[in-house]
Amino acid sequence: MSFLEVNHIDVFHGDVQVIFDLSLHVEEGEVVSIIGGNGAGKSTLLKTISGLLEPAAGEILFQGSPIHSQPPETIVERGIIHIPEGRRLFTLMTVKDNLIIGAYNRRADGLKEATLEQVYTLFPRLRERQSQLAMTLSGGEQQMVAIGRGLMALPKILMLDEPSLGLAPLLTKNIFEAVRAIADQGTTVVLVEQDVKHSLGMSDRGYVLEHGRTVMEGPAAELMNDPHIKTAYLGL
Amino acid sequence: MIYLLEDTINGILMGSIYGLTALGLTIIFGVLKVINFAHGSLLMVGMYVAFWAATLSGMNPYVALIVVVPIMYAFGYLLQNTLIKPIFKAEKQVREPITVIIVTTGVWYILDNLCLLIFGPQYRALQNNPLRGKMLEIGGMMLSVPKLWGFVAAMITAGAVYWFFQKTRMGRAIRATSLDREAASLMGINQYKVYNMAFGIGTATAGIAGVALIPFFNVYPSVGVLFDMKGYIIVVLGGLGSIWGAMLGGIIIGLIESVCPQFMTATWTEAIVYALFLAVLFIKPSGLFGVKYDW
Repeated sequence: MSFLEVNHIDVFHGDVQVIFDLSLHVEEGEVVSIIGGNGAGKSTLLKTISGLLEPAAGEILFQGSPIHSQPPETIVERGIIHIPEGRRLFTLMTVKDNLIIGAYNRRADGLKEATLEQVYTLFPRLRERQSQLAMTLSGGEQQMVAIGRGLMALPKILMLDEPSLGLAPLLTKNIFEAVRAIADQGTTVVLVEQDVKHSLGMSDRGYVLEHGRTVMEGPAAELMNDPHIKTAYLGL
Repeated sequence: MIYLLEDTINGILMGSIYGLTALGLTIIFGVLKVINFAHGSLLMVGMYVAFWAATLSGMNPYVALIVVVPIMYAFGYLLQNTLIKPIFKAEKQVREPITVIIVTTGVWYILDNLCLLIFGPQYRALQNNPLRGKMLEIGGMMLSVPKLWGFVAAMITAGAVYWFFQKTRMGRAIRATSLDREAASLMGINQYKVYNMAFGIGTATAGIAGVALIPFFNVYPSVGVLFDMKGYIIVVLGGLGSIWGAMLGGIIIGLIESVCPQFMTATWTEAIVYALFLAVLFIKPSGLFGVKYDW
């Protein structure tokens, strides 16, 4: 039994099918990359796991019990935390309030002061900016808030959707280092990225999605050397 | 000169009560993003609940708050939960489901006519009213005591709601939901419960406004209509969704209504209010306290 198991799911956006009979599994403590081009269904997959969308067929199991028909708040309570694409901060709230909102679930609420300290240790920049409105931050700082807000929920699995989107190369490096540090502390990480080199470079395993289907899976090092991936995603 | 000062103060007092009547409208809009056309009726229900609570128990209307606030909160919570929530669930992808406006309009007609059926069309004034007609004389100025109480109630209510939204776990969850529903869901916030609570809080403030009004205002089934039009102008003036904006908008209208008749025919005040309303829509459509990024 895997930590997180996705078995043969079909997902629709209205009438359009986006994901076709997709299966994957994530083991506890792993870092798993999901790569693929635009429209491959990566974000849809994460939204389905976090409960924003419901699969039309198939099942999703977390620690052995089904979660695919549960609302997002129950799934968050169970420990699956999804950091959405484009950060989606609460722009008119302060950085600190954004972080505290992350600890809304009952599991994390009691420990929020201690978790907040850990987040500030990971991103010292956020402590300096804690009373600023989130919308006044730079892109990199906003991504730090988004990741910090995810950590505040005390994730068992942290799912990040395109954390490097729109960031300068140096900032991208910082963000990946932070994700690495989170993984090293034992949190299971699912990473959706277009920056294939960086994401596979820090992952244990990877899945390649094309047109809503898994076309390849395996250890990250193997995928990096695969000729198809080299030409299609790494531009080598 | 003394009359001008007296009118200014009375205008501020009455205006803050207008602000209080509009507070629920701005709270509900801020979170649900739809105008609640039943707000005037909720205020009317609040006035009846306050009226009967004070009449049947013989309590001071302000003591009746301990019954009025929970009753109105529960009323709003259940109304949203049974009538409006199903629409939000059915129209998940829509940010401002217009259907809700139709439903709240229906609620308005039903509530007003239900009250007409039950209580009849007569105007009711509080009989055991400790505040009736009381005036306070300060340096030659006559100030209405019940309006002074209303002013205090309005300020305390606005302050309490503001504090709740800023400082409590649930208040933060409500603010987060009003900014981004989907992201709030990903924080583990049950958005439908947040809508219920916001509607409950908005309705409870209408109950407090009812308590503030009954010592000097008659209750009758269509009394809400008198205040809801003003309410819409007030919240647009102050900025939709802003608590202090609603209070300021109310005070501006109260001042115009009370000071302008010193200089012109009283019927002109209405025209001035609407002219100001249009001017704000032209110059700063987000309202005096509204933030453009808000919605």
